[in-house]
Order: sequence, then C-alpha cells, then structure tokens
Amino acid sequence: MAGEYVDRKVDHAYVHDGTGVLTLEAWKNMGARGISDTAHLHVFFDHIVPANNSTTATLQHELRDFACRSFFRFSDIGGGICHQLMSEGVVLPNEIVIGADSHSCTLGAFGAFATGVGATDMAAIWMTGETWFRVPESTGIHLAGNLVGAAEAKDLALSYVSKLGMDGASYQALEFVGEGAATIPMDDRLTLCNLAVETGAKTGMFYADEMTLHYLAAAGYAAQVQEPEPCSYKQELDFDLSDIVPVIAVPPRVDTVKPVSDLAGLPVDQVFVGTCTNGRYSDLARFARIVKGRKVVVRTIVVPASRVVLQKAINTGVLMDLVEAGCSIGTPGCGPCLGSHMGVISDGEVCLSTANRNFRNRMGVGGEIYLSSVSTAAASALEGEITEPEVS
Amino acid sequence: MQGRGRAVCMGTDIDTDVVIAGRYLRTKDHSIWVAHVFEDLDPSLASRLNGTVIVAGKNFGCGSSREQAAIAIREAGVIAVIAPSFGRIFFRNAINIGLPLIECDITCSEGIPVTFDLTSGWVETGGMKYPSRPLSVRMQEILAAGGLVNYWRTHG
Repeated sequence: MAGEYVDRKVDHAYVHDGTGVLTLEAWKNMGARGISDTAHLHVFFDHIVPANNSTTATLQHELRDFACRSFFRFSDIGGGICHQLMSEGVVLPNEIVIGADSHSCTLGAFGAFATGVGATDMAAIWMTGETWFRVPESTGIHLAGNLVGAAEAKDLALSYVSKLGMDGASYQALEFVGEGAATIPMDDRLTLCNLAVETGAKTGMFYADEMTLHYLAAAGYAAQVQEPEPCSYKQELDFDLSDIVPVIAVPPRVDTVKPVSDLAGLPVDQVFVGTCTNGRYSDLARFARIVKGRKVVVRTIVVPASRVVLQKAINTGVLMDLVEAGCSIGTPGCGPCLGSHMGVISDGEVCLSTANRNFRNRMGVGGEIYLSSVSTAAASALEGEITEPEVS
Repeated sequence: MQGRGRAVCMGTDIDTDVVIAGRYLRTKDHSIWVAHVFEDLDPSLASRLNGTVIVAGKNFGCGSSREQAAIAIREAGVIAVIAPSFGRIFFRNAINIGLPLIECDITCSEGIPVTFDLTSGWVETGGMKYPSRPLSVRMQEILAAGGLVNYWRTHG
C-alpha cells in the first residue's frame, strides 16, 4: 500500500567511480563486516574516465582494487555509463534495482522498480543485501497516438517535466501507460524514465510488454508480460503524442521548457550529444543522419553511452559520419555532463546538450546549458545557433 | 531531539549541484566540501553557516545523489534544514549522515532564532509555532544513532 514502509531484498545494486568511493568509506566505517551474497553487486567507472589527475586516479585505484577483490561485477573505463550497462541485458521485469546515482530510475523502462540512493544507503545494501522503502504513490502518464514530425521521446520527456515541475511528483512513481506507450521503443522508454527524477519522482516505469520481451530475448532472456494492476493514481497527465513538438529546457531549470522555435537563432558555443539520457546507438545514428556529408560549425562532442554503442557505431559507419562531420568522440561514459573533467564550458558560453540537467554552473562556472533532443542538437550544430530540426 | 540556531533563508529547488559543485567532488577531504558549500549560490555563505538552521523553500536538495552535499552542510556547522519538501535521495542521505531535516513550511527571517523539536514535531520562530511532519520511525532511529553508519555499528 502506498505510504507503507517496507524492507526489501535488492536484486541489483550498483555504484560508479563517483559514489563508489564514499560507499566504500561508509562500508568500512560500518565495520567492514562482509558483503551480501544475495544481491548482484556492480561497480562501473563512468563519471571521470579516464582519470583526470592523481587524486582521481588514487581514488579509482582503491575502488577498482576493492571491487575486483570482492568479486563485484566490475566495468573499468571505456565500458560505459552505469545505467546503460544495466540496460544491456542485465535488468529484468519485477526486479528491484538500486543505483548510487539519481538517474537509476532509468531502469524502470523494463518494468523493474529502479531508484537511486546515496553512498551510505548503498554501503548498508552491500552489507545486508536489502534496504527500506516508502511505497510511493503513482502519477499516471497516459500516452495516446504516435510522435510525428521531428519530435522525439526527449521532447516528450521535457514536456512532462515542464507540466509536473521540478517537484511535481516528489516521492512518487511515474507510470507511463496507455496505447501510445506500447509503440515506444526501448531506447526511448529509457529516455523517458531517465527524466523522472527531474520531477522529484522516485522512479519512472513502463509495464513489460511485447516490446520489452523482444528486447530481452535478443539479450538471451525469457521474461513475462506484466499486466497493469488497477490502481488509483494520485495525479494523471494525458499526452497525445502527435501534439509533441521539439522543445528546449532553458537554464537553470529542467522544467522551464519552450518550443525550439521560440529560441531559434540563439548562438551556441558547444554541442554535446551523449549521457544516460541520449547516448544510445539510436541517438548517435539519428545525429549522424542529420550531419552526414556536412560540417558542424561549433565544437561538437559525441560520447557513446557504452562500448557496445561505440562498437555498433563503428560497424555501421555512423562513427565515420560523425568524425567526417567534425565531431569529437569521447570515451564511453558520462562525458561533460557533470562538468568535472572534460568538455567544461567557460564563463558566458552556451552548451546545447542532450543530457538531463541544466543547473547553474554544472558544466562550468558562468556557462549556460540548454537541453534538447538529438535532432535539435544536430540541426543546431550545423548552424552554430539554436535551430529547429527538419522533419526527416 | 531538540535544536536551535539562527535562520539562514534560501529559495526553492536548491539542487545538490549548487550545494557542492561537481568540480569539488573527487576527494575524500571533507574540508574541501565545507570550504565550497553553496559557493555557486553565495561564495560568502560557507563561512557563515556554523550554528545556523537553513530555512528553505520546497524541494531542497533535488538533483544529484551526491552525499557530499549533506556532509558539507553538516560539517559547515548547520544544525538542521527546514523546508516544505526535500529531494528524496538528499532526504535519506541527510538522515543517514546525521543531519536533521524537518518538513515544515515556515516564513523565514534572516538571522532570527529558530527552535525545533523533532520528536514532538514542531518548529518555533518569530513568535510563531508550526507543526512539522514527523520522520518515519526508522529514520528517527537512524538519526538518534547519529546516522546509518553508527546505526549498523550498534545493530546486527
């Protein structure tokens, strides 16, 4: 029942090089009494990869050593973003998935319960294999129809964040339901669930359906369709997908969202394509389709979400299209999103990013981050200013 | 559990990037986080936080799960944070490291005393007494232990 407090065993628990360091410290301070043998434990290096200085290298060395000695599943630099790796044939419907990162809600796309915690909570999960939850109320997001024109799932994501506001679903779960939900591909479901935390929500989720089963079958898993249980939503939103247009979130808030047409012509200094929001193969391919045979006129950083994404982009020629168009390619990982090691922007500069946060100074002191879809980022990279994507 | 401090007023939707920026995270030296806490909001704040109660608008601590945000606030000497609502990960983090959070919607006046009682659930300031939403039993236990590390040292 919503509002009830429960203790639950965790199926998957993961940290990255950022939160893992504090988790290890907290675990040691708790007495280093052992590691749970019930939860699958993972450590992914994605935030500052490769290490940018001696301090980071030392912290990473310690965590890498511990993860390997403790038989955690370990993914070193270049493997990719934690949420992406968990989406590549790891998480299954009905599982409880906890990441020491706020965007762990991404994995709700599989019909799992997936949410983020901090380092100390994670240390207790390492030790006990379980944690406590307050059962969330749900916000129902009813989807009808299909996306049309140049609109992408990211535009829908920013649109629902705008409608709910940065705390509009605090402590709740977002459920994406309705006949429109069935048509949305897995990559786009991951994008939609990824933004849930930007409304204060604990998770975003789709019910596992034929689309989910098909995706998981390709990864070698057999899963069952989930039937939505009748429930009463705390609040409900309705979207006709054919009404969604390309939009941009204006700094410093993810919920300040305007049509791209309102901002057209705003000069851009840097374009960044990647992250747990929009760094998947389908995103890179879409970007390449638009810039192929042309040149980007501002510095453009493309960071694949994982090694698998990078390999596919190499095999299909997408990577060559990006490089020939003048894009810089980064090591699979979070890239410049968090502004701590690469792709930092200067005071007064504008970055158009496909990421999920445009908070003040996040990518560099005095710099401003506008958030958009991949198509808007591509069209803008070619013009050097915010540009409406063309209907393909 | 009772406490008292001078009010420091803040706005709504204070995200954890603003509490402690990504550029300062890669260290285990807590003094760096304390030195730069709230730097992007007001660089002079860090040195003025000792003995204060932060009184903020809704959704304090939204965004990134970085626990350094809660640690920086506690170690800067903040007694408690009062807001109508909190980012849920920050909420857990703060209690887990022993920083009291109080869900309460009050009018803030800079510098005046704020008194609170977590157990009976009230906040008093400027001659007004406001009821606050009680913490769950588990969170009260964790906070009473001084945080989740101490909780697990003494349990199980």
